[in-house]
Amino acid sequence: MADATAVPPMSPALLTTADGRPLKAALQAAQARARRRAFLLVAPLLLFVVLTFIVPIGQMLHRSVYHDGLSSNAPKIAAWFAATPAGTPPDEAAWAALAEDFKAMKANKTAGEAGTRVNYTLPETRSLFTKTARGADKLAPPWHEAFVAIDPKWDDLAVWQAMRGASTAYTTDFYLIATDRTRDAAGNVEQVAENQRIYLWLFGKTFFLSGMITVICLALAFPVAHLLATLPARKANLLMILVLLPFWTSLLVRTTSWMVLLQGQGVVNDLLVRGGLIGDESRLAMMYNQTGTIIVMTHVLLPFMILPLYSVMRVIPPSYARAARSLGATSWTTFRRIYLPQTLPGIGAGALLVFILAVGYYITPALVGGADGQLISNLIQFHMANSNWSLAAALAAMLLAGVLVLYWLYDRLIGIDNLKLG
Amino acid sequence: MALPVYASPLERLWHRTYLVICAAIFLFLISPILIVIPLSFNVEPYFSFTKEMLSLDPSGFSMRWYDSLLTVGMTTPDGPRDANWWSMAWAEATWVQAAKNSIIIGFWSTILATFLGTLAALGLSRPEMPWRRAVMAVLISPMIVPIIIIATGLFFFYSNPCSVVGLSCGRLTSTYTGIVMAHATLGIPFVIITVTATLSGFDQSLIRAGASLGASPSRTFFKVVLPLITPGVVSGALFAFVTSFDEVVAVLFIAGPEQQTIPRQMWNGIREAISPAILAVATILVIISIALLATVELLRRRSERLRGVTPA
Amino acid sequence: MKRLLILSTALSAGLAFAANADVTVMSWGGAYGAAQTEAHVKPWSEKTGNKAVMIDNENPATPIKAMVEAGNVTVDVASVEYADAIRLCDEGVLEPIDAAALPAGADGTAAADDFLPGAVTDCGVSTDIWANVFAYDSSKFTGEKPSKVADFFDLEKFPGKRGLKKGAKAVLELALMADGVAPADVYTVLGTPEGVDRAFAKLDTIKKDVVWWEAGAQAPQLLADGEVAMTTAYNGRIFAAAIEEGKPFEIVWDGQIYENEMYVVPKGAPNKDLAMDFIKYATSTEGLRAQAQNISYGPSRKSAMKEELLYKDGKTVMAPHLPTAPENMTNSLLTSSDFWVDKNSELNERFNAWLAAN
Repeated sequence: MADATAVPPMSPALLTTADGRPLKAALQAAQARARRRAFLLVAPLLLFVVLTFIVPIGQMLHRSVYHDGLSSNAPKIAAWFAATPAGTPPDEAAWAALAEDFKAMKANKTAGEAGTRVNYTLPETRSLFTKTARGADKLAPPWHEAFVAIDPKWDDLAVWQAMRGASTAYTTDFYLIATDRTRDAAGNVEQVAENQRIYLWLFGKTFFLSGMITVICLALAFPVAHLLATLPARKANLLMILVLLPFWTSLLVRTTSWMVLLQGQGVVNDLLVRGGLIGDESRLAMMYNQTGTIIVMTHVLLPFMILPLYSVMRVIPPSYARAARSLGATSWTTFRRIYLPQTLPGIGAGALLVFILAVGYYITPALVGGADGQLISNLIQFHMANSNWSLAAALAAMLLAGVLVLYWLYDRLIGIDNLKLG
Repeated sequence: MALPVYASPLERLWHRTYLVICAAIFLFLISPILIVIPLSFNVEPYFSFTKEMLSLDPSGFSMRWYDSLLTVGMTTPDGPRDANWWSMAWAEATWVQAAKNSIIIGFWSTILATFLGTLAALGLSRPEMPWRRAVMAVLISPMIVPIIIIATGLFFFYSNPCSVVGLSCGRLTSTYTGIVMAHATLGIPFVIITVTATLSGFDQSLIRAGASLGASPSRTFFKVVLPLITPGVVSGALFAFVTSFDEVVAVLFIAGPEQQTIPRQMWNGIREAISPAILAVATILVIISIALLATVELLRRRSERLRGVTPA
Repeated sequence: MKRLLILSTALSAGLAFAANADVTVMSWGGAYGAAQTEAHVKPWSEKTGNKAVMIDNENPATPIKAMVEAGNVTVDVASVEYADAIRLCDEGVLEPIDAAALPAGADGTAAADDFLPGAVTDCGVSTDIWANVFAYDSSKFTGEKPSKVADFFDLEKFPGKRGLKKGAKAVLELALMADGVAPADVYTVLGTPEGVDRAFAKLDTIKKDVVWWEAGAQAPQLLADGEVAMTTAYNGRIFAAAIEEGKPFEIVWDGQIYENEMYVVPKGAPNKDLAMDFIKYATSTEGLRAQAQNISYGPSRKSAMKEELLYKDGKTVMAPHLPTAPENMTNSLLTSSDFWVDKNSELNERFNAWLAAN
């Protein structure tokens, strides 16, 4: 920056630089340049992350409200639905449009695709579509009778209601399914039968288990972090290795190890049997169930709780506690009133981080969770594998929303730049 | 931690209990990692300690599972172990291929993540950086967003990357490029975090000092800034490498049969029949992570020493 | 910097090792995948000089649709269940098969007459007939041994954990048969809401003692590890464990649920013509016999059973171990592909909900 005092001021009211520009403007220009330069350093990465992260997720979320299985393969009947108000019973024009669509779908082999879309909201319509397509060549007026001759189900208004829902490419159907709801024949939203409800329950269970794992992690991390923070540096560094080694070890390795330890014929059960604590017949089931998920996830996530707690505890001056004791407080009161409040930032940071990571966990529950230890991520994968992409996307969107709220909370309370590793 | 001299007997008892609790938690942390090491030398295809192993009888131990890492996938695993055999194992063995893939993918994704991440961290650490907090939140988010969501998104996007602009231009699924990019994205938050942490203790006046002595900005960067932040960059790179080396979900979704990595192969093994060969791989990986941990620890000390000489 | 350059060149040179295979076959892994590798992949490669590789999947049918719709087909031939072959064909994600191009049997019978009924469909050719059976570890039951399908659900007479495949298919049928429904009526009953409730009610009786498996190789592993006393399994896997590893596993054929396994070609397969050639070879009399010599699934051509079939050990006669053996079929059920094409997603939803609820 040039020195403003090097030349005599042109006007006493306005400071200028050597080349005669007003100082204020020059400063602003310099700052803008600095800002631009800083931003340019970040720009390549930002572009990369937008391309490989933001755009793919955005595109995937789009699928949760978009499915053109019926609308693109059966455009005629889709147009009829668009032209008539909801609840209109099918007239002869509708049947004719449908017949034309079915002839086209038979030729293009797309009846299965269209039927699959309707099947998402009304079971057994997929086979109705493929069956009708097989006989589509023989369809002739009067259309209505011809359709009912192929399958009397065509007279069921629920089928038409489901088709109406599927006739537009943009739809909220998948969010309805993802919240265990459906539309009745009249188009009103209602809950599905009790034995079909799963998603909201599983979201609840995922959050509950994550909360439980967070609490267990906190209970285990607190004494360890406290010990590490109060030990002399050399001993603490040595013990720290015991925390950092799991952190650096492959997740799959750790999961395998736990399987070896916990399975029916595994090390823990063997020790218990040999020690005479349990009979050979009553080996504990600690794997392929919820217990397995909780134990292994606690182990995997524990370092994420210890490290932030440790970094907070390390800088708590011991003199406050000593002062409290000297003023007559018991050790419990000192802990509760003096020490604990000072560790709160660490507890908050660790708990939020562990909870966020736990909610989206996939690998561990998939490997050791068995039937009742599955989390919502596993169901997302299930629907991906079964090509029900829109439902997978809707569930993913709901999970993502939850995680982002927590992330926002984390940023507000702790600040994302305070995240530390190792 | 020492107890104060004025501690009551009850407090002493509690203190001892507390130490026992801590020891138990440390045992919980470390025992699963150590347990696989002896078991990987088991003669029997079981996951428990046999009598021979407990009595340290040599006949209870063997290298057969390590050997199987070389022979599985070879067309003719039997035969003399000459140079020809070894070159076949190098070219055919399933686990060897997986290791090669893991290293190639890990290497390139680390390079990409470290380069872009360090550059961005330099920008983010400047006080002039606009929307600093928001940009930082976006760049860290791959660490927070559940991997299943990222992998799902990448699966669709990679199938036809140009569909965003309404074109069609080949695919990134089943390619090395695709996985390298995905793993780089996952590793970037770690690089950002470690490098910005190193830069937060960096004295900006050193840059001005360099400039005032007549160094060009690039010379200042290479001679002053880079040596000081190197520990942060390297440990960020190590984190990025480990992230890639350990990643399985994105590989499950977007890799083809030719890009099977070690974790992918382990996943297969665990889902089907966990043979002790998995434990042999696990043991090797544990040893690698011990080495990496030692490196990071040394770097951290070096960094502290370097920063110690910098006037705050 | 220079060192880095050398290292990076070395690493990118490593990329070249992954030479493209001419034909990629995707199958179920474990003993079954190994049998197809020995019987089809290796001999075809040797005969034609084309490279072929086998890759494993828990269920090869699941990725096909995703691959085709995403335009990312990496597999040329896949081995899928019958109902999946029909469903995927209906959805237009499989290449049609030219039935007329299939070779005649070794005894000269035309392919159309040689294949068992239903073994060749629009998009697939059957390689074998396999069965869902249940098996037990005979060393676990010293007294009376399980012999009836109902015994699988009898925890008092035969205590111990049960292994079951995680999914609705074949599990609901098993439950109904154990509940006394005759095989001929199973799909009629299961077609009604009450029938579905009845099947789940039967499953409820053992739910707490079930270990669920997903990949076919897990079932014999669960038995071998002593994690379960009985498990449903693909019969060939149990046979392989019993013969190859000398495990004391016994199959209960009562209430077996059998079906065809199909080779299919995903639409847009990178090497479609070679894939078709592979299928022609694999489903020839020679190919089918070779597979049945490696695993105990019934060949889908009559000509393959004309001469006595021995296991690859050279002494075990295969006929009594096949699902198609008359004595094994006294109380058996043919999987209804029509039923499962239609109800698969609905019943699996219900199954998932049932499974997740405590």
